[in-house]
Amino acid sequence: MNAILFYVFSGLAIVSALGVVFLSRPTRALLSLIVTMFSLAILFIFLGAYFVAMIHMIVYAGAVLVLFLFVIMFQGIGAKELPLKERFGLGSLILLGLAGISFLSALLFILTRYQTPPPAGISGSVELVGKTLFQNYLLPFELTSIILLLGVFAAVALAKKDAT
Amino acid sequence: MSIPISAYLIVSGILFAIGLFGLLMRRNVLLILLSIEIMLNAANLNLIAGSALHGQVDGQITAFFVMVIAAAEVTIGLAIAVLLFRKSNDVDSNDIRWLSG
Repeated sequence: MNAILFYVFSGLAIVSALGVVFLSRPTRALLSLIVTMFSLAILFIFLGAYFVAMIHMIVYAGAVLVLFLFVIMFQGIGAKELPLKERFGLGSLILLGLAGISFLSALLFILTRYQTPPPAGISGSVELVGKTLFQNYLLPFELTSIILLLGVFAAVALAKKDAT
Repeated sequence: MSIPISAYLIVSGILFAIGLFGLLMRRNVLLILLSIEIMLNAANLNLIAGSALHGQVDGQITAFFVMVIAAAEVTIGLAIAVLLFRKSNDVDSNDIRWLSG
């Protein structure tokens, strides 16, 4: 049962990621990425990362992708993508495909040779993650707040209408 | 039966490769950002698989930090894309030659 669900959702993640790369309309690519995010969240739950899976769904599907959708809709007719044949010549397309297939097969060759020991397993509950976060990782946690603050400043400074 | 962790690593590697090719193939700046998101999430899957393999929660915390950084990066990237769109009505990465110099 668990194995079937794993194959279904990892296949769904890979197919929808291919959709992100190959679909020609930006809105469809974005909706395909939302499917990838949900499948990845389910894989995180299989791995016992419950808190991170929930945060992943809230932050990505809830905030980041809606922001993307907003910008793509805001662009309207300008948000288009050239068809694949106009982006590259045939020669470079074949070369790119060959490079991709060789990269992927090398990666799979290395990963399938490597046998991992049975997983120790972990239950990443809110309590455990919170305790570790606020005891061992307190300084990085505080530094992320500065990064988020700088992100807000940068976005406001860049998107201001009369920025000269 | 439980899934071996290497299966998760293979899925993560395939997703990373797909994201890398999207990054190289796309011309629209917004879709390049979407491909970067796929790559970041493949790395997150790798980190969480390592966390489950060793029974330590540190990998999940690192994935959490990656998410925070990704959110900040997306904010700035989208602000830049909006600026580009306002300037030239287009976000084709080959047309942004006037940035040089």
